[in-house]
Amino acid sequence: MALAIELIDITKRFPGVLANDRVNLSVEAGEIHAICGENGAGKSTLMKILYGMQPPDEGKMLVNGKEVNFASPSEAIDAGIGMVHQHFMLADNLSVLENVILGSEPVMSGGRIDFNEAHRHLAEVADSYGLDVEADDLVESLEVGERQRVEIIKVLYRGGEILILDEPTAVLVPQEVEELFRNLRELKARGSTIIFIDHKLLEVLEIADSITVLRQGRTVATVKAEDVTAADLAELMVGSELPSPETTENTVTDTVALEVTGLTVLDEDKRPSVSNVSLRVRKGEIVGIAGVEGNGQGELIDAIVGTADISTGSISLLGEDITNWEVRARREAGIGLVPQDRHHEGLLLSAPLWENAALGHQTQVPFSKRGWIDRAGSKAQTERIVEEFGVRTPNVEVASYALSGGNQQKLIIGREMTANPVVLIAAHPTRGIDVGAQAAVWQSIRDARAEGLATMLISADLDELIGLSDTILVMFHGEIVAELDPASITPRDLGSYMTGAARSEDN
Amino acid sequence: MPKDFKTLMLTVAAPATAVVFALLFSSLVLLLAGSNPIDAFADMLEYGTRLEVMVDILNRAVPLYISGIAAAVGFRMNLFNIGVEGQYSMGAFFAAAAGGAIVLPGFLHLLFILVVAMVVGALWAGLAGWLKVARGVNEVISTIMLNFIALGGVIAALIVPWRDGEGSLNSGTKLIEDSGLLPDLNWLLEIFTRDIGKSRELSGALVLAVLVGIFYHLLINRSRLGFDLRASGMNPMAAKAGGVPPKQMVMLAMVVSGAIAGLVGMVDILSRAGRYDNNFTPGLGFAGIAVALLGRNHAVGVAFSALLFAFLSASSSILQITGSASPEIVVIMQGIILLVAVIAYEFVNRIKEREVTRLASLAVEGADA
Repeated sequence: MALAIELIDITKRFPGVLANDRVNLSVEAGEIHAICGENGAGKSTLMKILYGMQPPDEGKMLVNGKEVNFASPSEAIDAGIGMVHQHFMLADNLSVLENVILGSEPVMSGGRIDFNEAHRHLAEVADSYGLDVEADDLVESLEVGERQRVEIIKVLYRGGEILILDEPTAVLVPQEVEELFRNLRELKARGSTIIFIDHKLLEVLEIADSITVLRQGRTVATVKAEDVTAADLAELMVGSELPSPETTENTVTDTVALEVTGLTVLDEDKRPSVSNVSLRVRKGEIVGIAGVEGNGQGELIDAIVGTADISTGSISLLGEDITNWEVRARREAGIGLVPQDRHHEGLLLSAPLWENAALGHQTQVPFSKRGWIDRAGSKAQTERIVEEFGVRTPNVEVASYALSGGNQQKLIIGREMTANPVVLIAAHPTRGIDVGAQAAVWQSIRDARAEGLATMLISADLDELIGLSDTILVMFHGEIVAELDPASITPRDLGSYMTGAARSEDN
Repeated sequence: MPKDFKTLMLTVAAPATAVVFALLFSSLVLLLAGSNPIDAFADMLEYGTRLEVMVDILNRAVPLYISGIAAAVGFRMNLFNIGVEGQYSMGAFFAAAAGGAIVLPGFLHLLFILVVAMVVGALWAGLAGWLKVARGVNEVISTIMLNFIALGGVIAALIVPWRDGEGSLNSGTKLIEDSGLLPDLNWLLEIFTRDIGKSRELSGALVLAVLVGIFYHLLINRSRLGFDLRASGMNPMAAKAGGVPPKQMVMLAMVVSGAIAGLVGMVDILSRAGRYDNNFTPGLGFAGIAVALLGRNHAVGVAFSALLFAFLSASSSILQITGSASPEIVVIMQGIILLVAVIAYEFVNRIKEREVTRLASLAVEGADA
């Protein structure tokens, strides 16, 4: 069969990160091709390149056998490629029809929009692909699934033959997912080619014909959906080699540092994002939280740190109930945080390093005294952090945006570690940083563990989880579905718990 | 050090560019209007450097500066307090009314008036802060609305009860006794200069402005509260995770901004009129936004920009007399200065960012080698 898309040795670099490393992708015309991989594996970058939003640094792209170089998405659209973004690009106060024709309006003489022609064309597209929409409804009145359908029709209306769907099921409820899959099968039957980005393995197996797995910016494999199981895919996504077991001695003590009991957090729609979670972290222990992203880990962190409201349950630190404490009181009492997104939650990008080092600890010596910032003390402390944690920077007056991701992360780890926390919440501590920095971060977590730090480690990197943790808890749909011993677990087993394919008995 | 010198040059480059562009554009406008720009600017410069006019410039700069600092407090937290206008009118009106109603011995009287002005300004701004915290009302909208209420309310309050006698068109609060007024500072200036001509008095509010500037600098750059405030402005998510309570910060910023705003009208009521009357200077709150923007929310920067704006408006009055141009040209100049400054600041920022990033990456390579 002819290839609709062929990407050859695509490489894309960002400062300090190799997002795509000689990625190859072959998509046959008329198939549904899924791209799988953990967050940060390079899926989004690859799709942005294909859709003309970013140029590749190296490599070749062929669409329907012809080499292309897209300077912008409009060139990709002209080549028949359309993208359905995860966050819809629709104008709420316009009708379905107006949204669909926006930017490619049929024009009559005098520059007026030919609404009759638009109506006719929309009806034709909707009919021939079996997509059910009401042209005159306002978009704001539509359900999420219907909005997504409008996005798909937008692509088809412009003559798109190749559709890229970026995590289309992330925003849908199960019934809507079924509806979407019916529509996609219909599109396929009409000859469209579909590229489907997802990391929910069961869904991928259900809808895709072929699957390409990316890991750390590289293509790992392309497989036929009928030849693999969810466990096989999980293994491909997270790496098949078993990490060498840690030989460090057990430092777990009997003192419970952090205890979470029956914690439930509700999201904006009053649905539980964290559901009746109980866990304990002892001094000297690292408790790993595994789970596909978006299964409540972020909300669990926010609840413990105090930035999110909890519905029921309690949290205690060294036996003291901190459920109703302010964030500041919790931080002062010894909860350290390495946030999951350092740019959004961890740094003041335009502020100098020493102010960044003070953030979260600004009420304490050496950063402040009696309500005044101790500039000299802060700078000296920051210099110690820079020295001890190997942050590469000309000086501590540099704004933190100037540092590479790895150095920013080392600064954050250093800032939290030097504050001598009782409990460290470390979310994806090595995401997006280079190998050297990664080893340094791991070492500091291990050292702190030996000194009695209680660590809650949230990570998408299963090697990291298995390598560092004393206990692994698996989160799925906001619940803890398994408690596992990292010494005896394989990534394959972990994968099936993470995707909800298995559930341990004792939980 | 040459590196520091370069940074300094970059900092000065943006406002300097803005002024140069403003001169060029307004020259063009003057030429189109049939005036000679060189004559006009020469007139302004000659007039604006006379001692008496310089006193006038300082008196005009003081409220602009205080207003600019009031706006800057909000800006530092990404809060757009558009309501300085209403806050200073309310503050001045109530301070004048209260100060006229009672007499306290000596300095206490003045202090009382200042405190009333600040408290009223803080309350009026705090209302907008409370609406944002409790109800999620955008502070731009609420402060604009509160401006209308304040200005309309003050006018309504003034018209009937405080008319200067039956049938008079003028109205104002009761005159404040001398003990409540700000002393003039001519004696201070005359240490350095010749005697200042009659009917020109350097307002004691200059001292207030200096104190406000020092307070602002210490609060924002030296205190922990200021750190919390700036952190919330730079990255609210990170600040929150770092233990900064976002709602309290909004209230704090609005209340401090409003309290400072309350002092803006003091030159008018405590040095000029001795009361709040219908000649009270309007528009200082909006001008303060511009002054803060040009001064980059920096205590010293705002002082320079307040002086520049004050110079332009004070010296333009000569144009009417010499007839070399229309005095409205300074409004055009102020507009252009702002517009160009905003662009130039952005431009300079990018140059700085690139430079810093380059230095940081050099450090990394150096460490690798």
